[in-house]
Amino acid sequence: METFSQAGTIDSVTCPFCGLLCDDLTVEREASGQLKVAKNGCQKSITFFGRAPQTPSARVGGKAVELKEAVAKAAEILGAAKHPLIAGLGTEVQGMRAVMSLADKAGAALDHMNSNGFIRNIYVVQNSGWQICTLTEVRNRVDLLVIVGTDIVSLFPRFFEREVWNSASMFDQNTANREIVYLGGRNIDTTAGIAPGGRKPDVLPCDPEHIPAVTAALRALTAGKKLHATEVGGIVVADLEKLAQRLLNAKYSVITWAAGTLNFPHAELTIQNVTEMIKSLNKSTRASGLPLGGNEGEMNANQVSAWISGYPVRTSYARSYPEHDPYHFSTDQLLASGETDALFWVSSFNPDRLPPKTGLPTVVFGHADTKLEHEPEVFIPIGTPGVDHNGIMFRSDNVVSLPLDQLRASSLPSLSQVLTAIEQAL
Amino acid sequence: MLIKLTGGRVYDPAHGINGKVVDIYVRDGRIVERPYDGERIDDEYNLAGKVVMAGAIDMHTHIGGGKVNIARTLLPEDHRGDPVPHSELLRAGCGHAVPSTLTTGYRYAEMGYTAGFEPAVLPMNARQAHLEMGDTPIIDKGGYAMLGSDDFFLRMMAAKKDQNAINDYVAWTIHATQAMGIKVVNAGGINAFKFNQRFLDLDEQNEFYKVTPREVLKTLARAVHELGVPHPLHVHGNNLGVPGNVETTLNTMAGVEGYPLHLTHIQFHSYGTEGDRKFSSAAARIAEAINKNKNISADVGQILFGQTVTASGDNMVQFRNASHAHPNKWVCMDIECDAGCGVVPFKYKDQNFVNALQWAIGLEIFLLVDDPWRIFLTTDHPNGAPFTSYPHLIKLLMDKTFRNEMLSRISPDAQAMSTLASIEREYSLYEIAIMTRAGAAKLVGLHDRGHLGTGAAADITVYTDNPDREVMFAKPDYVFKDGHLVVRNGNVVKVTWGATHVVKPEFDRSIEKELAKYFDAYHTVKMDHVKVTDQHIADDGRGHVQVQACEGRREKTA
Repeated sequence: METFSQAGTIDSVTCPFCGLLCDDLTVEREASGQLKVAKNGCQKSITFFGRAPQTPSARVGGKAVELKEAVAKAAEILGAAKHPLIAGLGTEVQGMRAVMSLADKAGAALDHMNSNGFIRNIYVVQNSGWQICTLTEVRNRVDLLVIVGTDIVSLFPRFFEREVWNSASMFDQNTANREIVYLGGRNIDTTAGIAPGGRKPDVLPCDPEHIPAVTAALRALTAGKKLHATEVGGIVVADLEKLAQRLLNAKYSVITWAAGTLNFPHAELTIQNVTEMIKSLNKSTRASGLPLGGNEGEMNANQVSAWISGYPVRTSYARSYPEHDPYHFSTDQLLASGETDALFWVSSFNPDRLPPKTGLPTVVFGHADTKLEHEPEVFIPIGTPGVDHNGIMFRSDNVVSLPLDQLRASSLPSLSQVLTAIEQAL
Repeated sequence: MLIKLTGGRVYDPAHGINGKVVDIYVRDGRIVERPYDGERIDDEYNLAGKVVMAGAIDMHTHIGGGKVNIARTLLPEDHRGDPVPHSELLRAGCGHAVPSTLTTGYRYAEMGYTAGFEPAVLPMNARQAHLEMGDTPIIDKGGYAMLGSDDFFLRMMAAKKDQNAINDYVAWTIHATQAMGIKVVNAGGINAFKFNQRFLDLDEQNEFYKVTPREVLKTLARAVHELGVPHPLHVHGNNLGVPGNVETTLNTMAGVEGYPLHLTHIQFHSYGTEGDRKFSSAAARIAEAINKNKNISADVGQILFGQTVTASGDNMVQFRNASHAHPNKWVCMDIECDAGCGVVPFKYKDQNFVNALQWAIGLEIFLLVDDPWRIFLTTDHPNGAPFTSYPHLIKLLMDKTFRNEMLSRISPDAQAMSTLASIEREYSLYEIAIMTRAGAAKLVGLHDRGHLGTGAAADITVYTDNPDREVMFAKPDYVFKDGHLVVRNGNVVKVTWGATHVVKPEFDRSIEKELAKYFDAYHTVKMDHVKVTDQHIADDGRGHVQVQACEGRREKTA
């Protein structure tokens, strides 16, 4: 049995703070419970693990109360609501299982804090499907990486270190020869795409609102169509033709995007242009999409919701069976339309993700370090998975899940413990 | 707690009991021979005239893991057709082609099934498979771990590592994934597709490793056997769905030098190339080969008409067939240099020549294989049809008149190409009990399930005899799970959490030194993080792990 209250060094720690779930960190623990990343850290993991341990008390109406009292008040609000919304959903698998059970019982709607991005991918899957791969395939196979509209690293700091410029690869590929193309976006930091030998990536920049046109043009070109235009979104068509040829010639190209950063209307159609292009490339060679995401437990929410309800989030149990509507059951829409009457907000990884402003009765299950702008009816501090308690977390690729291990002694309850208590009090 | 089931007609093929009236006693979840002297009977059920069998076991059903959840995500319109509201007792969900996990457990139990085995557990996705099965109530579950297209195994094959080393890796995988057995899907083909190979026949080499499917199959069949794993190597053959693949299937049977082999959804691998459309039934040749080769068993993978979704590890074949997607959307994935998956929705139509003949081929195989201990009732849920169609399938097997009536409605061209109308056989209740209980338990290696002998777990299903077998098997009077009454009159009355069955073959753990280094060099997770712990399975009180006995290493290679 590990003694969590003593100082020590812990190897092979999994960091849940971005969708990559790097599991090779070394973390040092002081007897006080203060943690520090000693090896294989990045800016995100250093911040995440470095937060000072705290044990604030639960609050009702801004006043410190026993957990029991806060649970009773939360149950009262939930019981009184006709169509409560459980949102945020920044939690791991066990927490999400408890969310699903409570939502079923309370007739609640469910949405995740990153859904505005993630739902673009869901639209594509529900409409046409796609052909994609996982991180270890990228690490060992990619010969041409096309990155659409993002620098990757501001969301996933160690992506290039772990999946692109890795020293060994299974099939004897010299990874330093991998070709990187940044397609679309302005002022993107492309330094992470510089090969170990100093070779620079290709950059085809355009304003974000032109990404739909650029990806549509690229899809047409890979399908052998000729374009009359000489430039699209400021990119010379000859350059896009070259890229199309490289995609056709590559042995295993990977085209990647982060749905959350494709922030323009109907970005799902742009993603669909990319994914349909990938399907078509596979008629003659191999190519895969790599949708990047998974921050704040986004994959946990969608996976667990899918197996328990049949649908990803933006699902409601109001009619006593699950109904999925990616538009009506979004947090923004439910709050704006008045079709919800109580907000339950979950953010266990990140104290900076605060609930949306609303006049509705609000219950926050938050990271211990959460500093709220507006005092909710109920605040219940919960443990951080992978720090204060165990958990299971799905990675960006939505396939690999990793165990999150408790790293220090903690008196904070897990989300599932709190929600189970609320369900019993209903 | 002592329960007496009085006066039922018992079908317990494991003990040769064929419709004899026998009283059954259950004490604390297990079947006992008789009460102690003076022991009080707490509950008695009068089963006079009723049919009593062990709980049914589905030895091949896709109920958990990444591809199943992708199928769910892909098909909201299918769920909308079958919403399942919550009740006082049961949680909400959805049904039809790929039901939500809770609904899956309820509906299996309501049909008298008490166990189901997920046949395609990707080692890198094993935790998810167990999480989903962990949210599947009442029934027992377990899985077969997929090997044969994973880099580490093919690397060992290419390096001509000895069989003992391979056995250690296979055993390590079974432990890490908490599996009941090993499955191979399109041996080496999933991997070859990543190198842009589009077909891989039995003796064709993977272009990188220079290893053939035949070598993969033989090595894995031998490994499973030598490790003493009760379930033979579970094989999804190469060339699924390809006209003429009967040759590949027969060669697969012959290619393993007598080692036990289970050929799954064999219907999809029993096609000839005769006739105007170059697509014909090879059921007779397949059945003859199964009848002759006692080391071979198979499940059918019967198709039934209607909308469903095909979810498979075989992304080479799924990509090839994606143009048939109905509705027109599909997902293919390359996964972790370990395996892959392909999810393609499909609608089988009775007036479509190919679909209609597939239907007939499946039934021909059922009826032409002599030994019900070696042929199993599956639809490869949801690939051939959802598992909820089993009562209909049982009626097709037990009722020749009904079968011929159904046959008369399918594509006339398909009728003309099938011998089905001339087959007289009707399955008996005893044979159904073999196929879905005693035989399945023996095949999977569930020593205490699938029979009603002393010491067995009290997984018991009670039916009202009815000449309409579909009605009979759709709604049992009672289902007991581990001695608890969980279903009455076809409705769940108590929710329990079944066990997860695993085997733990012995192996040399020093293989972990090499594996850990390999994972550090090439993978994106650490070796230790691949392992599924008992806690991952049993957290929140959702069941427990039950270790089934292995026979110990058999004929270990020197």
